Amino acid sequence: MRKIERLLKNLGAGFINKMWRFGAGARLFGLTLVSSGESFRRFRLTIREVYFTGVLSLIIILVSAFFVGMVLALQGYHTLQKYGSSEAIGVLVALALVRELGPVVTALLFAGRAGTAITAEIGLMKATEQLSAMEMMAVSPIARVIAPRFWAGVIAMPILATLFTMMGILGGYMVAVPLIGVDAGSFWSQMQANVDWEYDILNGVFKSLVFGVACTMIALFEGYDAPPTAEGVSRATTRTVVTSSLAVLALDFILTAFMLG
Amino acid sequence: MAQSIVEIKDLSFGYKGKLLHHGINMTFPKGKVIAIMGGSGSGKTTLLRLIGGQLKPTKGEVQVSGEIVHKQDRDGIYRLRRKMGMLFQHGALFTDLSVFENVAFPIREHTDLPESMIRDLVLMKLNAVGLRGAHALRPTELSGGMARRVALARAIALDPSIIMYDEPFAGLDPISMAVICDLIRSLNDALGATSIIVTHDVEETFQFADYVYFVANGVVAAEGTPEDLRKSEMPFVHQFVHGEKDGPVPFHYAAPEYHASLLRGAR
Amino acid sequence: MEKTTIDLWVGIFVAMGFAALLGLAMKVGNLTTTNIGETYMVTANFENIGGLKPRAPIKSAGVVVGRVEGIKLDPKTYEAVVSLNIDKRFSFPKDTFANIYTAGLLGEQYVGLEAGGDENSLKNGDKIIQTQDAVVLEKLISQFLYSKATENDDKPANTAATSTETGADALDASPLDKIGK
Repeated sequence: MRKIERLLKNLGAGFINKMWRFGAGARLFGLTLVSSGESFRRFRLTIREVYFTGVLSLIIILVSAFFVGMVLALQGYHTLQKYGSSEAIGVLVALALVRELGPVVTALLFAGRAGTAITAEIGLMKATEQLSAMEMMAVSPIARVIAPRFWAGVIAMPILATLFTMMGILGGYMVAVPLIGVDAGSFWSQMQANVDWEYDILNGVFKSLVFGVACTMIALFEGYDAPPTAEGVSRATTRTVVTSSLAVLALDFILTAFMLG
Repeated sequence: MAQSIVEIKDLSFGYKGKLLHHGINMTFPKGKVIAIMGGSGSGKTTLLRLIGGQLKPTKGEVQVSGEIVHKQDRDGIYRLRRKMGMLFQHGALFTDLSVFENVAFPIREHTDLPESMIRDLVLMKLNAVGLRGAHALRPTELSGGMARRVALARAIALDPSIIMYDEPFAGLDPISMAVICDLIRSLNDALGATSIIVTHDVEETFQFADYVYFVANGVVAAEGTPEDLRKSEMPFVHQFVHGEKDGPVPFHYAAPEYHASLLRGAR
Repeated sequence: MEKTTIDLWVGIFVAMGFAALLGLAMKVGNLTTTNIGETYMVTANFENIGGLKPRAPIKSAGVVVGRVEGIKLDPKTYEAVVSLNIDKRFSFPKDTFANIYTAGLLGEQYVGLEAGGDENSLKNGDKIIQTQDAVVLEKLISQFLYSKATENDDKPANTAATSTETGADALDASPLDKIGK
């Protein structure tokens, strides 16, 4: 009896805590939007962060994309070949990347590469009283530190996802055309006939934009909310990856349902 | 006494219903160096945060140049903070900026001065703390004492009328300590500012402070000039000033009777 | 200086992003083939549209000339009203024939336009009168079986029974099963 009671209590407390964090995150999101003026008026602050979140994630994104594209082409070929439609491999690779893998895998990699860096950086700034010092200098940390990073993430994510998709298709091409021997012409033409600019490509970009908002905001919130100790920061970094990944996959389902429906 | 710039009136503050301070009164006259002393965990740093408006008092008020801090809105608090400079315990330098940019930070944020003027100002401030030569270094390349001095240069970048120091001597070697002592006094006099120092280093503080408040158990336990306090026969002050291990502040944390707990067996 | 290299990198980064988007649009997507240029909309009523979906292509002589914009059911006549978005570059005579075809045996369905001989051409908001419904596979098979059965009426009864049996087998094997095999 006591055990059940304690279990229920813990569950309830955990739930309330989650809701509290969700609310606090939403509040920070609102504050960030309100105090975004700084990140546009002094755009150099944002550019700097685009460098750290976007440019520095470029290598991992491009290399992963190349391999993902190659694997897709290999796997797809083996199945499609059974039905004698191996030219459709271009469509398969392109649609999978444009609609799903491009935005989703980019967001997952982004959470691991840039998200953790953001959380650790903000958490450390908090632990070493840099945010407090900024407050005492009458400079709002949300306007000066959070908002530029937020917008940088929102800008960088669609660019990274687009590059991922393009690189993945290139990887698929490398396997399909020179390696397997699918005709280059039908590879591209089938793709063009079946990939729609608005319904596939723009929707994919929109997805990555939403993921950009979610991943960056989660990373920022975890950093901003981290207990100012070494342990607190390291836990917050872990939470960033876990929460971002779950959020990306859940959002992906919701967005896909809306887009197909 | 000269006109006071910061005044703490009947201030109480606590987290979650547990009061840390009960009715503290302090006055900080213009141009003086005032130290707030007390044991670790007596809420000295919290007092600085209350003056800076980062925390709201549970009861009572803090006035900065006649304005009640916690009644201000965000802009009001920011306006008051522009008159303050604060040196944090470990400097709190921005690790992603160079020494030069750290000192330039408040100037860039609050003024529209041309780059050449910012450069002159920053080098002047760095010169005042003796680190003009280090302007290109990163904060990670500085020693603890140097970082503290750069942070001091940053705190005085906008010529504040109130300079607050949070544990300025913690973790410094004797030479750096002497340098900081000297800087606190000379900067205060050169800028005509008021300095508030939170510390527990008796010897250093007594050398240059004009007035000292002792905080213990949430109240002002004693106050006076360093000379008065040195001669004071109050048991707490005596224990603190002379660093005795037992006295009104007990060596043992409050616990049940020793004998009894041993017999019962530790739980 | 450090700042300018960062700016440079970010510039390259953003340019790469735009280039990739342009690449997707031109090389991967169909932006160049159908979506450039203005369109006009006509409607066509069908009794049965089969598996036609919005965004399905509209082809004339096998060339894509537009896309299906939307499909509604007319509540009075119980006919399907299909709106067709056609590229402005192609004008069709008023008496154009609209059919619903299937690409391959089991592929996606599309609208095929066969130009008629009228001198006036279709304008925005017009209605195509001559239409032919989608071919529904089940209907086709049952028609075929029915005609077979009537054909064989004069033959001995047991042969007719076997032929309907095989027919039932053919119906059971749904198209999906065939793909599976």
